[in-house]
This record gives sequence, C-alpha cells and structure tokens, in this order.
Amino acid sequence: MARFAAKHLAFLLLTLFVVSFLVFALNEFSPGDVARKELGAYATQDQVEALTKRLGLDRPLLVRYAEYMGKAAAGDLGTSARYKAPVRTVIARHLANTALLAALAFACIVPFSMLLGVAAGMREASRLDRAILLFSTVMASIPEFALGVFLVSVFVVWLGWLPGTATLVAGGGWSVGAQLVLPVTVIVLFDAGYVISMIRASMVEVMQRPYIRTAVLKGMPFRRVILGHAVRNAMINPITVILLQINYLVAGVVVVETVFAYPGFGRMMLEAALFKDIALIEAGALVAVGLAVLTNILGDLAYMLLDPRIRA
Amino acid sequence: MTDALLELEDLSIAYDGLRGETRAVRGVSLALRAGEALGLVGESGCGKSTVALAIVRYLGRGGRIAGGRILFEGRDLAALDAAALRDLRGRRIAMVYQDPMASLNPVMTVGRQLMEVPMIHDGAGAAAARARALAMLGEVRLADPEAVMERYPHQLSGGQQQRIVIAMALIAEPALLILDEPTTGLDVTVEAAVLDLVRALRRRIRSAIVFISHNLGTVAGVCDRIGVMYRGELVEDGPVRRIFGDPRHPYTRGLLDCLPTLGRDKRQASLVPIPGQLEPPHVLPAGCGFAARCAHVEAARCTAGPIALALFAAGHRVACVRAAELPVYARRRTDGVATAAGVAAAPVVATEHLTKVYVPRRRLFGRRRAPVRALNDVGLAAARRQTLAIVGESGCGKSTLAKVLAGIEVATEGRVTLDGAEIGALGIDRRGRELKRKLQMVFQNPDSTLNPSHTVGYAIGRALRLLRGDRPADLDGAVARLLETVKLSPEMAARVPRQLSGGEKQRVAIARALAGDPDVVVADEPVSALDVSVQAAIINLLNELQAAHGTTLVFISHDLSVVRYLADHVAVMYLGSVLEHGRVEHVFTPPSHPYTEALLAAVPVPDPERAGARIVLEGTIPRAGEVERGCPLATRCPRRIGAVCDDTPPPVQRLAGDHRIACHIPAAELAALQV
Amino acid sequence: MSAPVTAEVLTVSPPATSRRQAPRWWRWLTAIRRSKPATVGAVIILAWILLAALAPLLAPYAPNAPDLAALAHTAPSRAHWLGTDHLGRDLVSRILWGARPVLLIAPLAVLGATILGSLLGLAAGYRRGWIDLVVTRACDIVLSFPVIILYMIILAHFGSSAWNIIAVLTLTKAPIIARIVRGLTLELREREYVAAAKMRGESALYIMLVEILPNARGPLIVDMCLRTGYNIIIIGVLGFLGIGLPPPDPDWGGMVKDTYGMMMVWPHMALVPCAAISSLVIGFNMLAVGLRELGLRD
Repeated sequence: MARFAAKHLAFLLLTLFVVSFLVFALNEFSPGDVARKELGAYATQDQVEALTKRLGLDRPLLVRYAEYMGKAAAGDLGTSARYKAPVRTVIARHLANTALLAALAFACIVPFSMLLGVAAGMREASRLDRAILLFSTVMASIPEFALGVFLVSVFVVWLGWLPGTATLVAGGGWSVGAQLVLPVTVIVLFDAGYVISMIRASMVEVMQRPYIRTAVLKGMPFRRVILGHAVRNAMINPITVILLQINYLVAGVVVVETVFAYPGFGRMMLEAALFKDIALIEAGALVAVGLAVLTNILGDLAYMLLDPRIRA
Repeated sequence: MTDALLELEDLSIAYDGLRGETRAVRGVSLALRAGEALGLVGESGCGKSTVALAIVRYLGRGGRIAGGRILFEGRDLAALDAAALRDLRGRRIAMVYQDPMASLNPVMTVGRQLMEVPMIHDGAGAAAARARALAMLGEVRLADPEAVMERYPHQLSGGQQQRIVIAMALIAEPALLILDEPTTGLDVTVEAAVLDLVRALRRRIRSAIVFISHNLGTVAGVCDRIGVMYRGELVEDGPVRRIFGDPRHPYTRGLLDCLPTLGRDKRQASLVPIPGQLEPPHVLPAGCGFAARCAHVEAARCTAGPIALALFAAGHRVACVRAAELPVYARRRTDGVATAAGVAAAPVVATEHLTKVYVPRRRLFGRRRAPVRALNDVGLAAARRQTLAIVGESGCGKSTLAKVLAGIEVATEGRVTLDGAEIGALGIDRRGRELKRKLQMVFQNPDSTLNPSHTVGYAIGRALRLLRGDRPADLDGAVARLLETVKLSPEMAARVPRQLSGGEKQRVAIARALAGDPDVVVADEPVSALDVSVQAAIINLLNELQAAHGTTLVFISHDLSVVRYLADHVAVMYLGSVLEHGRVEHVFTPPSHPYTEALLAAVPVPDPERAGARIVLEGTIPRAGEVERGCPLATRCPRRIGAVCDDTPPPVQRLAGDHRIACHIPAAELAALQV
Repeated sequence: MSAPVTAEVLTVSPPATSRRQAPRWWRWLTAIRRSKPATVGAVIILAWILLAALAPLLAPYAPNAPDLAALAHTAPSRAHWLGTDHLGRDLVSRILWGARPVLLIAPLAVLGATILGSLLGLAAGYRRGWIDLVVTRACDIVLSFPVIILYMIILAHFGSSAWNIIAVLTLTKAPIIARIVRGLTLELREREYVAAAKMRGESALYIMLVEILPNARGPLIVDMCLRTGYNIIIIGVLGFLGIGLPPPDPDWGGMVKDTYGMMMVWPHMALVPCAAISSLVIGFNMLAVGLRELGLRD
C-alpha cells in the first residue's frame, strides 16, 4: 500500500511540475509580453521595459518559475487582472459552482449508464441492445452545444417550461433548481452516451466468458448470473473510465457553461485565456492538472479493489 | 430402451452462419443407462462437444436442434421451459469443462462458487452449504479444504482448479455428468491424478458419465463404452474392449494405427496416417462421410446412399457396409525408417552446465520478486542425423532451453556449442548469417506460427532470401521446391494462413525452417496442437526429412509416446534440471529415474487392459525458484528416501552407453524396485 | 524405405473459407453492406463528402454575401431553403461551404495522430526499456490534462489557423493512439511469427512495420473512425468558443456562436448548423460501431 501511494504521489508531483512549467513558459517566455499585457496595447517601449525591470521579469525563466511555485505552495497565486481580485478567491468561487454542476451530473450519469449499459450488454443483439446502442451512439455524436441548442429550442423557445440561462442568480422568475435542469441534462446525455458504450462493450465481452457458461449451467436464474457473476467482472474496466469523467465534468463542461452562461470553472478559464489573464491561467492549469491526476489515482485504486488478481 | 437415462434419437444439430447452415451433428442415436460411462471420441470438428452442449441446451447463438430428440429420464429436453431447464442444470445434469481457469469466476472465492449450487437447488442456508462444500472438497482430495475455500481461482494450480470444477459438478449428486475434454491442457502427471479421481468417484457416486476426449488413451481407462464420431456422425459404438481390440470401422482402425505407442519406434515401422484431409463442413457427400479417405472403400456400395449405424455384434454398432468383411484387427505395419542411431557420432549441438536465471525487472516501487531459475546446470548433446528429445511437464524448462538454443534468450552461465562454436552468449541479434542458417526452429502453435497478413509464398520467400544469402534468381521456383519437400502443392504459395488447416500451416513452418538447409532444427512441441491423424503425418515427414538431409533434430515434447517413437536420445527434465538422459531404449526401461517411471505410468494408453496408473505423483509442482538445494522432485517423489533428498543435490550415476540418472537411490536398487 | 502412403503429394482440398481472393476494396464494400450501422454511417459520410466537394456548384449563393433584402424574412423560404443568418447570408450555402474545412481538417488531424501515435506505440511496445518508460509517461501526462483547457491556452496564445488546429489535434490525440498501438504491440510481439522473423535475421524496424503493424489494422481502423468523429466535434466546439477558424468564412461552430443568442426569436439559425455537425458525427460513429461488430464476427 505504501508503495502504491509513493508511486502515485511521485507521478502526481511530476505531472504537476511538468505541466505547470510548460504553461508558465508559454505565457511568460518573453518578458516583454507580460509587461505589455499589463500596460495595454498603447504603451511605449520604454514604459514596457521599465515595468519589466520593476517586476523582475528580466530574470531567467527558471528562477521566476521557482518563485512562482514557492508562492503557490504558500497559497499566494497572484492577482487576477480581469476580476481584479486574488486568484484564490476567483478560482474558489468558480470551482464551487462547477462542483455543484458536476456532482449533480455525476449522480445521474453513474446509475443511468450502468443500468443501460448492463441491460444492453447482457443480451447482445437483442432489440433492447440495438435500441440502447443507437441511443448512446447518437447522444455521443451530438456536440454538447448542439444538444444544448436542441433542448433549448424545445423546452425554452417552444414550450417555455425552463429558462435558457443558468446564471445562478435567482432573478427573472426562475429558481436555481429550474435553471440547473437543462445544463445537467445536456451533460448527462452527452457523457452517458460514451460511458454506456464502454459498459456495454465490457458486458458483452464478459458474457462470452466460460465462467458465465459455468454459472448458467449450474442452474442459476439469469438475473443472478448477471448480478452475481457478470456485473462485477464487467465493471472492472469501466470504473476507471467513469472516474475519469470527473475530470471532464470539471473542466470539459466549458461548452455547456458557455451555452447557459453558467459561472463555472471552465468558462473562467476560457475568458482568462482570451483575455490573457496570466495569473489566472497558470493557477487554473495547476488546479485542473492536479484534479486530473487525483482522479487517475482514484481510478487505479478502484481497479485494484475490484480485481483480486491485481492485489496478489 | 425405456430404462435409458439419456437417449439421443437421430439427433441433428445445425449452425446458422454467414454462409448458410452447417450441420455439425448428423443423425446421431445413442442410449446411456444409469451409472454407465460412455466415452465420445473423435478429432476436431467431429461434433462431440456440440452433442454435449446440446444436451444441456447451451448451443449459443445460431445453433439449434435441426432434427431428432434428446430424451433425459424420458423427457424431451427441447420441450422444457426455462424453469424446468434451470432445475435440471446443475442438479440432474452437470458439466465439467476443458479450461478450468477460464470456467471459474475470477473475482469470487471458489468456496462461494461451490456453495452456490446447494443454495440454489436445495435451498440450503449458508452454513449447511458450507459444510457440504467442505465435504466435497475432501472427496476430490484437495488438501486443507478450509484454506482452499477462501482462495481465488488464480491462486490455485490447474489440477486444483479442475478438482474444484469437478466438485462443483458433483455436489448436487447429478444423475448425468458430462466431462468435455477435462484433462486436455493439464500436465501428464496431473492428468493421471485427475483421471484416477474420476475413476474413484465413479465407484462411489452412481452418476452416468459422458466423457468427451480426442485422446483415446484417456477414455480407455475410465469408460465402459466408446462412441467414435467423424464429421458429425457416430461411426462406431461398442464396449471398450471391442473397440480397442477389434474395431470394425475403417476410421477407428485408422485412428489406432496412427497412434504412437510406447512399444514401437520409427526403426520398426512408420506411423500410418489416415490419407487425405478432413473436408470442410459444408461439403456433404451422398454416401459414407469417410469414403474419400477409406482404405477399404468400394465405390458402388459406399458412396451410393447414406450408411446407417447397424448392429454388428451384441452392443456393438458400426456404420460401415463392409464391417463384417474386414479382417480381424491387427496394427498395420509398414517399413521403418533407417536411422543412424547406432553410429556413435560427434555431437553437433551440445550444452554444458547451462544455467538460465530470469531476474525480474526491478521497477521503481515495484514488489521485489525472487529470480526464477529456469535452467539449472543442464548438460545435453545431439549428434548428427539423430534426434534428441527433451521431455517434461510445464515449468521444466524445455521451452527455455529451446529459446536459448535459438538465441531468443541468452545463457546466464555455462556453454552452448554448435559445431564447436560457442553460441550460448550470442543472442539472435548477434549471430552471423551462417549461424542463423545452421540452426532454425519450428514452433508449437500452428495458428500463430505464420503471420496472418502474409501469404505463404511471401513468408517462405523471406526466409530464403535472408538465410541463403544471395537472392535466388528464381524465387518462385525455390519456394515451389520447398513446398514440395513438405508435401504441399506449389499453388499453396498464394494462400494466406486463414485458408490453411493446422497440419498445412505446420508444414509451411517446417518448410520455412528448412529454407537455409540447416544443420540443426529445434522443434518446440510441433505436433501437440494437431489432431492425431495429422500428427502422424507430420512426424513421418520429420523423419523422412532427417533421413534425406541429415538434419539433427532437437524435439521438445510432453508426449512420451511420440518421444518413444521418434527419438534416438532423450533427456527428461523437471524444474530446470535434467533428471535422466540417454538412449531412448535405456531411459524408457528400468532402471529409470523415479520421475521417468511416474511419467511412463501416467501416459494414457489406448488399451483398456493396462489402464490405470499405479504411480501417481501427489502434491503440486513447486514454483520455479523455490527449490534451492536438493533434488527438485523431493516434494513429490514417491520413492523419496529421506532428508537427504531435500538437502543434497542428487549424484549423477553413469550407466551403460551414455545413460545418466540423477538420483540418490543406486541404479541397481531402482532396477529391482521397478520390475 | 518409407511406406508408399507418405510418398504422395498431398492433394490440396479447396479451402474452406474463400475461393479466389476478390480485390480488397470489393471485399471491404461487401463487408460494410453486411452491417446495418456501417452502411448507414458510410452513406452519411459519402453524402457529406459529395456535398462538400461540389459546394461551389451546388451552393445557390456566395457564402459570405449578405442579402439585405432577406433580412425581413430570415426564416426558411423558397428563396432561401434553410433561411438566412442574422446578416442575411444564405444558410444552405454557408453549410455547404462550411463542410469543406471540417472534412479536410478532421481527417488530416487523425492521419497525423495515427502516424505519430503508431510509431510511438510500436517503438514503446516492441523495444520496451527506456523508450517505453518515456513514451508512456509522456502519454499519461498529456492525457491527464483536460484537453479543452489545453486548446484554450495554446490557441489563444498562438492564434487559430487551420494548421495550428491540425497540429494541436494531432498532438493531443496521438497519445491515445500510442496507447492502443502499444497494447497491441505488447500482445503481438509474443507471437511465434515474430520469433521466426527474428530467427531469420529481420531488423527491428522491419518487424515493427511489416510483421506487427499490419496485424493491428482492425482496432486501429475502428479507432480512426471514432477519432474523426470526435475531432469534428472538437472543431465545432472550438468554433463555438470563439477560438476556431477566423471569420468571415463559414465555420459551423462559429455559426452557432453568432446566432444562439437569438434563439428565442430565430431558432433556425442555430439549429441548422447544429444538425449539420450532429449528422456528420453520427455518420462516423455509426461506421465505427459497424466496423467493430464486423471485426468481432470475422
């Protein structure tokens, strides 16, 4: 166990350093750029150089990086140029919003996809399987913004049952809950499309295995064969995939956040990138990578717990 | 017969595939009484496993009963509804499968899997089920049942897994037990132990048994009756002594003819393979299915119309119109192949103190694993124009030896010489072309020995180009000539492996190895994966090629009958050490090493009179690397004399000729004990 | 003397599977026809390719030409079959012309990723050792990063042009393919025909490219279809987020971005490009599903 922790901790740190360094280098490579961004497009060259020297931006890249990481470890991630507030608070606020969305979506995706994936895979080529396969393929093919557009055109424009934006401000007559319905639905439908097909594929493969034949020929009722023997084996591979979805739910939902004007982490990153808010970009990248590696570790852990062959 | 437990009435089974319907089983009629043991034998594709699956109604997608009925205890199995079927399966009819590791759920303890049967069928509570499971584990002779219950399948050996599967099948005391190739894939000594168990269980539990196998030897010792199947039809069916003593169907005779038995070798007679080839399943001849390959065929009578299974004598049915006209069965004799065995020749390839240790890669944060000693101080020699056989069970190091000879692995210590040149430290990448040409290899698995994306001609052409050095002006011609050497028609060059049978693929592999006219050919289990009739043809081919080209053959196998037939010298290996080495007639007769003795006793012999191993090696094969000092066989040896076997490495006793035995027991004493 | 039984040349029976080998493309075509999803997918893809290729001929208007007169009725009408966008530009033409960059960029990126990924995966899986370590860790690092953020950062910095997008897509997709190929290579290198090739002296490069790679064809092709579909989604997303191809050329994602704010009034402006993207991706995914099924059955 200690070996496992040490190995993964090392990987976490390695990845964090590599990625943050790359992002840092990308943004702050040419010292003049940073100062110029601070001052705006109309600054003169002298002003730029003066600011560069004052901010210590003419020092070597690695030194500046080390200093940055040092400050980050202490909790000081700088100030956001766009929001004019400490980066820490900006990220925390947006991350909390995204966490809400992600939690709701995850809570729906897992049971939904497991149910459909197992139902499809347990009898391959049955009508149910064909239907579920079609459903999941189509859902995984429609980009999130298109799904959003389709759902909005039905439920907002045509039927008027739900709001078209989710700014989390309970104004305009829509409760926060109602605002969240469409974004969560879009995320769930799109992601489930992919997860269902993974679970289905794993289930189909497990059903071909000889030990399923053994269970059936022992006289076990079909339901017990599926629940007692097949599902646990079938979920070994998809578990890591499912945990990796958390990764997607935190950062990858920028599209949904944009469609519904949701103040989430992804949208914050997008605007930071477009606005060239360097401090925010660097800190955000750090957080995103850290989260990604953590989910990776969780996935490995789950794999180990489910498959006794690995534990030995 | 109304007292029959199981009755197949004119059963036909068809599969719906991409190219239409294929009849896997055609018009099979059989009856089995309670407590009777029927052996169903045949080669691949004959439909025996399909019959078994049909009885339990697990034919899979596309498979269906196309005609006839299966009656179990008087009820038509096809007419049962799902609930009745579930009730039958596991309780009245139980099955044991071929690959025990794959047949057990890897994420559930074996104890739980065992307990499920009484819990489902008898509604037993957990405690009662557990008690029954423990009792059953005792019946199948598993040591320490309490501990085994908590294990997962991958933590048990192959033999133990198969005992678990047998326990699972018998725990509900079924009326009918079907065993589908239960010992294929197990080592010979483990197989002997499992067969012994089945025989013992038969005496106690009065289940009827259907034992399916392609190995005539395994059924001889266990069954009362034998049914022989060919291409989906039952061609002969009768008491075991009649079938082996005086079979009446030409196919059965052909099968027995091509089996190498422990008493014969190549000098006396070539094996007689069944001529021709198995036709593809969609080719349906009008008359007898075997007519195209039969030595006794008469055009008018045999090919006119379907041949029925007719009663020849009491309890003995044969599907042959000429059954009564055939002479009493005696094994066919043909002339043997002259060998150079008597001539003491200089060794072409030899090893001295060869040791190979695998050190597992040290991974950062990985668990430290013990090094594996795959070969331990191995000394052998193979002489020109002769065949050296290496025989042993899994884990004995024979494959590692092949790899070291071939250069795929490199020796850790010791010397390997080829024509005097030291090659032990030379991996294949560092060997010159001349050396590569001199030593080539034929591999075990015909399905993976040829690249599925390349044609036969391309594969052989590459070998010719690289091993011969110069680019032969007429590559196509050279390829055609090589194909003819292995008795294949030159038009095979355009085919891809998918279109070839197992035997044809292996012939191509042999042709490829011969491209450079090598001095030594290392053959690693080249016939183990082939049907018996095809094996005979390939073995004969190897013999002829050796005689024609003067090649030295290093033949690795676990099959003692083939080794006895083919080899001039033999080395018996166990856990990386050579326990016995010498001329084949010396090794296979007393005095022999206790392990050789056990191996010989364990070989399934197609002769009901001699069935039953008298020496069974109990215990499990220790993992390589666990044995540090002493004799590797000490943990299982039936002739272990005491602590000296565990502590001291056995001395190598030199006997007549170059016969060597590594044992603490003096040879004279062994000779007396092994009479 | 050997017995006469073995001296004959074996008569070669006709092979069970096929007679003369039909040309490869014909076999592919009949194979695809056998699977319903594959047929549907292939038809959709071919239809779009045709529409995109013939866009200059088929489009009734120039894609960037605003039709001010139509601004009064932007909804679908006889003059404009799918209506116009908020600047009066004909939607049919914009969709047709917008298909061209998508159908060029996505496959090119997949090709690049496949070539790069296959080479890396082969080298890592066959050679093992330090190459394997470096490649696997690098792939893990790239894959552990949420790609959208990567795109945002890189494209916002370097600007988005067709080649930049192709490069970014290649670099982020190559690790996935490398992983797949590495897994396949690890399995295939244990096959006996690889050992046979080594024994006759083939070089490592030959073994990787001629012995191993052709047998990894099946899963790779299925994956390439899936990747193409996914790349099309990403191109759409990039356009939607504003970091896709620069205006005014029609970019399906960009079209949605410009018009979805007006959905309450003119929903068709956003719906049409959404339908276009979705249908194209469905085509590729269906083809992948169908091919996978065929692969299993063969």
